[in-house]
Amino acid sequence: MPASSHHDIPSLQLVDICKAYGPVRVLNQARISVRQGEVVALMGANGAGKSTLAKIAAGVVEPDNGQILVAGKEVRLASPRIARQHGIVIVHQSTNELGAPGLSVAENLVLDDLCAGTFGTLAGKRKVKQRAKAVAAGIGLELDIEQDFEELGPAHRQLVAIARAVATKAAVLILDEPTASLSAGEAARLFAVVDRLRGLGVGILYISHRLEDIRRLADRIVVLRNGRIVANQVCPLDLPAAIKAMIGRDLDAIGREHKGPSSGKAVLTLRQVRLLPGAPKFDLTVATGQVLALTGALGSGKSRLLGAIFGLTRIVEGEIVLSERIWQPRGPQEAIAAGVFMAGEDRWRSSLLPPATPGGDIAGTIAFPHRRRWFPTGLVDESREQLAAQQSIRALGIRCRSSRDTLDLLSGGNQQKVVIARWQAASYRLLLLDEPFQGVDVGARRDLITAIRTGPPDSATLVATSDVEEALEVADLVAVMRNHTVAGLYDLRNGDSASFLAAISVVEHDETSDLERAVL
Amino acid sequence: MASSSRGRGTLSETADVSLSGDSNTSMDPHRVTVPTASESHLSSEVRLSGTTEEVRRAPGIGYFLGRYAIFFVLAVLIFFFQSREPAFFRINNLLSVLQSVAVVALLGIGVTVTLAVDGFDLSVGSIAAFTLMLTSYAMVVLQFNAAQTVVLALLTGAMIGLLNGLLIVWLRIPDLLATLGTMFLLAGLQLIPSAGRSITVGLNLPDGSVATGSFDPAFLALGRSKLWGSVPLPVVIVALLACLFWFLMEKTRWGRVFYAVGGNETAAYLAGAAVKRYRILAYVISATLAALGGIFVAARVGRGDVFAGSSLLLDSVAAALIGFAVLNQRRANVVGTAVGAVFVGIVLNGLTMLNVPYYTQDFVKGLVLVGALALTFGIGRGRR
Repeated sequence: MPASSHHDIPSLQLVDICKAYGPVRVLNQARISVRQGEVVALMGANGAGKSTLAKIAAGVVEPDNGQILVAGKEVRLASPRIARQHGIVIVHQSTNELGAPGLSVAENLVLDDLCAGTFGTLAGKRKVKQRAKAVAAGIGLELDIEQDFEELGPAHRQLVAIARAVATKAAVLILDEPTASLSAGEAARLFAVVDRLRGLGVGILYISHRLEDIRRLADRIVVLRNGRIVANQVCPLDLPAAIKAMIGRDLDAIGREHKGPSSGKAVLTLRQVRLLPGAPKFDLTVATGQVLALTGALGSGKSRLLGAIFGLTRIVEGEIVLSERIWQPRGPQEAIAAGVFMAGEDRWRSSLLPPATPGGDIAGTIAFPHRRRWFPTGLVDESREQLAAQQSIRALGIRCRSSRDTLDLLSGGNQQKVVIARWQAASYRLLLLDEPFQGVDVGARRDLITAIRTGPPDSATLVATSDVEEALEVADLVAVMRNHTVAGLYDLRNGDSASFLAAISVVEHDETSDLERAVL
Repeated sequence: MASSSRGRGTLSETADVSLSGDSNTSMDPHRVTVPTASESHLSSEVRLSGTTEEVRRAPGIGYFLGRYAIFFVLAVLIFFFQSREPAFFRINNLLSVLQSVAVVALLGIGVTVTLAVDGFDLSVGSIAAFTLMLTSYAMVVLQFNAAQTVVLALLTGAMIGLLNGLLIVWLRIPDLLATLGTMFLLAGLQLIPSAGRSITVGLNLPDGSVATGSFDPAFLALGRSKLWGSVPLPVVIVALLACLFWFLMEKTRWGRVFYAVGGNETAAYLAGAAVKRYRILAYVISATLAALGGIFVAARVGRGDVFAGSSLLLDSVAAALIGFAVLNQRRANVVGTAVGAVFVGIVLNGLTMLNVPYYTQDFVKGLVLVGALALTFGIGRGRR
């Protein structure tokens, strides 16, 4: 190994990492390195293997094959603790795992010391506060350290976790989707901290698919697709090329794949709709046979729009027209009766029943919303229910033993297929799907997309997804949402894919500059 | 790697976990714990539970034990009591067991319905006791006839249930607290009209006068008459109601909605269920059945005894919870509750016949309840 100078040896190097769970290869000869004071952005679609790679680097998961080198020396990271001893610390995505509620911020800041027993036997309040202040100062964090950790917002939790990580003299800090639950202003604070750490010589592996973050922070972009590294860009960064690599196919081809009717009858029309007080008004139309994807960052109003159409919330202003009639549903019951169906985000919260519940099996789950029509006498008609379930299982290729399986026996992809099948088991006018590919593997996603694209005649489908790739794959039209309004509409059938991607970058860029102005 | 050689179900599940790790917000217990588990051997164990392979295995002895344990224990108990006291298995004794079981089962069915919507009705015992006093007062003091009394009692029961439901659904008081409140409220309220005394014919009223009414014979017949010469009327009515509620809860779409509301309220709402209405209805059903139970007690004893019905809550809750274990349902169910009520009745009757002191009864009931719960949640758990 040519070690020309001390500075050239990366702080962390992962070489030819392979990892499989059974026959599924999650990582295939993946290589990545992080140098001192470098921010490496790791991009990839859902299921590309980003998180697995990060977990391998942090000692959470061990690779099947490959080498891990810390400062040029091969090491085995058998546990997060050993990784930390080597100076590699991960800050997890979920804000629930970032600290201990019930303890004060100060106690959380010195939690590693307290847990490891390196704090000393006496953990008096003064000593804790003193140390905590030092830890917070390490990243220039200023907040009331005596309040309960529970009272902190997601951004501060994130920052406390980062301060903790830095205090352990981390050489490499892994941030897994750190801005996923942050507002724009909070993200700006995080960026400032990342800049500061870069200045201190900490190497940062920054996992995100938010272009805004990447544009702002990255010195280098590494793109992961299906477990392989497919791009490794240094400055100047070419984001559209990175996205193309992430999606891994010709953008023009996407347009050709979609051949929905270009001018069907309007199923749903939104006129001068204002979703929230203060948000700009917008128009939107979906016609028969069309699949329209709503995409945009978390909190851009996608779910709220779907909720308004399904009768969960009211719009502030404007009108919603469904098949030429004003549409003001008072709740799901009315919406379902009128043929407007919705599968909510997070299937275990919004759709599925616990296993011990009667009607919690595949057949029961599918039948439940249609119970009035299928069981008009009130008596549950088993054969009707079974028939529908069998059809769904065949149509979507749901892998199960029988239609009486409870949902916990199925894999995530098959669970999601049941959720989609439930709403496609009856004829509808409008199908609303909120993040239908959440926690779904690549193969199942393909089946789901096929199912979504084959709705009943004279129906339309609205899919909300924060993932650009998913939007491109499933939709004929893509509406980009920002600040609770539609910021742009792109017709993929007319080869708008490229302009859509460009627009996405521009939109997010605008947001960043707005935000920087606001912070200053 | 420990996880590399598992069966089919494991693989798909594992793949899903790893592939979705970066945006996983699922609430499924398996799926949340796995990606963050730091020891890979541990996480592979977690994955194993709930795979299709495990269920594909032939049902083992634990399965049958879990499914039929209650019946087995019941048979052993009957055999034991019979061997010690030959009078136990006589038809008359068994019918008297059923007579005492009927009211418990009725209240238990109400509790079952509230458990199905993931609630709990602690006030059933008090409602029955309150109804006992109310019916006595209505006939003895207000001189109502049997029909008027029954209608008044059932309507009052329904109103109390409505109150419970509204407290829980509108004011969002946790169900246990709301019904606990109602329980104390009714326990206190039933004492006021008679100034704390039991209501009998010729009761001295607080204003000094003497009550002139009496129990309507038609009313007493409700609790005392027997069909076919031996089967008490309440037993027949409760058996019919049990069948009705079994049918409602297990075989109709309304039953599905009750259980769906209890299983996942959000999912039920998003699938078009009138969640609040069903929740309130569950408490109305529970309270109305409890009021009917109170009527049966009043009709049998023929006086408004202040302390009657004090053990009804414990017995009916025990019946409903023992019902979880019957046929390994692991949820509140009407058949289970009926079996649970019979179980409790047989245990108490048998112990009484063996001259076991009465003051040990609550202890024995508690023991039975804890044992049944351990059976339900302990033995069968691996199969989930």
